[in-house]
Amino acid sequence: MTRFRDLIAKAANPTGTVFILLALILVGVFAMNPGFFEGPSLMAFLKQAAPLVILAAGQYFVIVSGNFDLSVGALVGAQVVIAARLIDGEESRTLPVILAMIAFGVAVGLVNGLITTVLKVQSFITTLGMLLVLYGAIRLWTGGAPTGSLSEAFRQAGRFGIEDVPVLGQVPWALLIMIGLGAGAIALMRSRFGRVLMASGDNERAAALSGARVDAARTAAFVLSGLSATVAGILIGGYAGVSAQVGDGLEFTVITAVVLGGVVLGGGRGTVLAAMAGALTIEALFTLFNQMALPATLRPTVQGAILIAAVAYAARQRARPAPAPATPTATATATPS
Amino acid sequence: MTLLAPERDRAGRRPARRLSTTALIYLALVGVLALGGAAVALDGGNLFATANLVDMLTRTSLTGFLAIGMTFVILCRSLDLSVGYVAALSSLVAATTMDGQPGNIPVAIGLVLLVSGLIGAANGAFVTVLGVNPFIATLGTGLILKGYLDTQYKGPAGDVPAVFQQFGYTRIAFIPVSTVVMLVLAAAAVWFLRSTRTGHHMYAVGGDVDVARMSGIRTKGVLLAAHVLCAMFAGVAGLLLAARFGTGSAEAYTNLYELDAIAAVVLGGTLLLGGRGGVAGTVAGVAILAVLDTVFNVMQVDPFAKDVLRGAVIITAVALYARRQLDRTARRPRFTLEGRLR
Amino acid sequence: MKTQRLAAASVAALGLLLATGCTTDTPADTPDEETTAAESGDEWFVQADYDEQLAQRDIEPEGDPNTPWLQAIEPEWIDTTEYAKEGGDATLCFSNASVSNPWRVTGWITMQQQVEVLQESGQIGEFRVSDAGDDDDQQISDIQAFIDAGDCDSIIISPSTTATLTPAVEAACASGVPVVVFDRGVNTDCAVTFIHPIGGYAFGADAAEFLVDNLEPGSTVLALRILPGVDVLENRWAAAEQIFGDSELEILGNEFTGGDAAEIKNIVSQYLERGEVDGIWMDAGDGAVAAIEAFEDAGQPYPVMTGEDELSFMRKWEETGMTALAPVYSNFQWRTPVIAATMILAGEQVPSEWVLPQDPITEAELGDYLERNADMPSLHYAKFGGEDLPGFPDAWRDR
Repeated sequence: MTRFRDLIAKAANPTGTVFILLALILVGVFAMNPGFFEGPSLMAFLKQAAPLVILAAGQYFVIVSGNFDLSVGALVGAQVVIAARLIDGEESRTLPVILAMIAFGVAVGLVNGLITTVLKVQSFITTLGMLLVLYGAIRLWTGGAPTGSLSEAFRQAGRFGIEDVPVLGQVPWALLIMIGLGAGAIALMRSRFGRVLMASGDNERAAALSGARVDAARTAAFVLSGLSATVAGILIGGYAGVSAQVGDGLEFTVITAVVLGGVVLGGGRGTVLAAMAGALTIEALFTLFNQMALPATLRPTVQGAILIAAVAYAARQRARPAPAPATPTATATATPS
Repeated sequence: MTLLAPERDRAGRRPARRLSTTALIYLALVGVLALGGAAVALDGGNLFATANLVDMLTRTSLTGFLAIGMTFVILCRSLDLSVGYVAALSSLVAATTMDGQPGNIPVAIGLVLLVSGLIGAANGAFVTVLGVNPFIATLGTGLILKGYLDTQYKGPAGDVPAVFQQFGYTRIAFIPVSTVVMLVLAAAAVWFLRSTRTGHHMYAVGGDVDVARMSGIRTKGVLLAAHVLCAMFAGVAGLLLAARFGTGSAEAYTNLYELDAIAAVVLGGTLLLGGRGGVAGTVAGVAILAVLDTVFNVMQVDPFAKDVLRGAVIITAVALYARRQLDRTARRPRFTLEGRLR
Repeated sequence: MKTQRLAAASVAALGLLLATGCTTDTPADTPDEETTAAESGDEWFVQADYDEQLAQRDIEPEGDPNTPWLQAIEPEWIDTTEYAKEGGDATLCFSNASVSNPWRVTGWITMQQQVEVLQESGQIGEFRVSDAGDDDDQQISDIQAFIDAGDCDSIIISPSTTATLTPAVEAACASGVPVVVFDRGVNTDCAVTFIHPIGGYAFGADAAEFLVDNLEPGSTVLALRILPGVDVLENRWAAAEQIFGDSELEILGNEFTGGDAAEIKNIVSQYLERGEVDGIWMDAGDGAVAAIEAFEDAGQPYPVMTGEDELSFMRKWEETGMTALAPVYSNFQWRTPVIAATMILAGEQVPSEWVLPQDPITEAELGDYLERNADMPSLHYAKFGGEDLPGFPDAWRDR
């Protein structure tokens, strides 16, 4: 009984909405195709979903601290193209190139962060500009279409996994990386850094007055987002190889995922676990559409309607008198995720 | 137009002595024109040749309509990501309603304004009544429209009579009619924001919605009005597309016009956080982007280099005046209306 | 008060301007209403065009098969002496829809290399380009800018969308310079020549017929498409639907992928989880390798598949030995427009509609085409037709 009541309480919590929605969609998928819940196909689903989940965690840090990162889609695309061009099929270059990619991801995040915090450019514009710069620069560098090819070793993480596990079949590396990074993100949000981040999104002035280094935390959030895009790039490139369109439009999908997870644009509220669940929900929704053989042209309409309805529902929950104060102070937000 | 008019701050006071942000933006426009002109001259061309002026002005009209509309919602601290879809739908509504018959033009224009206005009202309702964050609400509306367009139209449809195509092609000396219409609507929008109650209230709602409500403003109505106006301006942009294309095109939504419009608005000195800025600045923002595009075109800049330069210029320009803007706004940087409008 | 006075002043100024000089850039005489009205429906299947394109596949084109970009199917030669211009060094102005996909990138390199040859021979002086980034409205402005500049000897246009560019192309024709349109067409025949391979119906039909011929009746086929609403792509699918409709193949679905490899692999994997997929039909080859890998990762036998003459697909095809076909949307057509423009300016005859051959690459030709393109990167198109240009192979290899 108490468990049941807990569940009700969770559902009434705005961040709980996403879990209900996820469950509903999975029930739908199950009704259409009971085979979906067998080990191998579930693993395949999680392998596909892993990059978006990781991106959602990265985007969460930025959003919860009061900003946006619109450059992640272009960054994912850039990273895959960089990998293909620099590796050019040579196995031995895999590791150095991955290190270079990480450095690049950090650098892009750092630039985004510094422009936003030091130059005071609104993050929407900073990262929109960065999107354009990355999109153009990478094509300028490769003459318009990606060149080179990825090595087998590079593709391991995104494409393969631990084979022949009983029941599950293949346990994808992507899933393990997702779980590892997800746990890391949750731990990070429970640390002092997480509290500062949450506080700077909630009330910048109060956070600064209480001694938090708001700008540093926000910049770090952009760096984390750049890193998450790098990992997602490695996984997506590994999963499907190089194509000219890789990463296109991912920024809107991932922001949608995070908001679906009950994270408030503008910062200060929501948990990283729910943000990642939001990403899983989006992927599950696409799977459901596919299972239902919904005409492909109609899918955006249904997606849009569900999106508005889900966020409206969550907003309703939030508007009800809640136990938490409407404007928590820097110290009162110590229990994220 | 309102070049040196000091911009209003939150309480409607005029800041003393400092050059207004709007003036600064027009200075930036002059700077971009001078630099661009010099660059083109070094390249052996003339940026101010009639052909280039026509090109520049033509480029301002479409983004102009969208950006003026966007200014209203951004002033109210909201956003509209569905304008590209609304414009595409409007071009189809216009072209299919006209169906080659000049007699149908008034009906078509009316219908476009009605449809786009209703979409705007829906956006406004999602934001105000349902409390959905504007980013998500309008992204969702955009997706809904995208699905409708993709299902309903497999390509261009409808036929715009030659008379109406004049809206897209006629020009007076070197000034395209569409640009004139855009400037007239911009002037009307400036007047609306400065001289009407609803206009004033938009600044108040964007500045601090709680304070606005407490001072007796019907905040939801104001926000709804902003969304309706924004969508109707997108409808006008759709009419221009129809006139330019001679037909309606669902494909127009792929051009991410909404991001161009937002960039122009912010470039024009309107804060994404709401409450500050105005249409006069937006027009300058639009003009800066148009000048850039023309300069790139005349100088034959590689299309990918164009993206890089565009991105860099947008960031740099905003960085130039972002600091001083924010200095004067001691507000919580919360980019949302959720939970604050009820 | 002040604003009202301002408004009154601007209205007065407007009236004054209207009275003094009012010009319009639309051509004075709109072409017969009939043609535009007929094309304005939103259905993308025109039986007559379909029949014509399917028939054109079997017609031997005129001209040397070693230079397919100069061949033409049933050309109707027209006189161009009225455009003849003395002295070479012509200024060509090219309005490009975009270089936003690898097919266009490959073709654009080929065109630039061809231009260099013609510049060295003195036929072309300046080659001016504007790129509209897939934005129809932008391209209309671009074309307008060429017209207004007034010094283009010929305007070459690769339209972004069929119907929407029609008024702009008409305006270009009305300016008096010879206009060359290629790739996607427009709803007017005012251009001196319209250059294109046979077309989308032929592409879709080649692919669909191959699947029908190589699969047992009752087999399942998945159709992967890039985007809805693009006429040239809709034509490919419309033709395939015709042919599949008359066959005993079961079409599992048609999905939009955006050409994104990850999306393609997701979708194909999901279909494979639910059942067998025996054949894959694609409306363009982007991301074809990802579709094949989905079969590998699911431990399923390779499908019968149609992609495009894009190299990563053709290499994968050879490596796996699968049953496949590479339908071709002749990339070498990018050479023809600049050559056509110089022919017109020299007063030579050109076909009014220049239909280039469009032959799919079959298994028998696979080895040959891979060898010829051995140095080329992936996302390069085998039938790019630039092997004899001086920049080969570096220009395409190090793009």
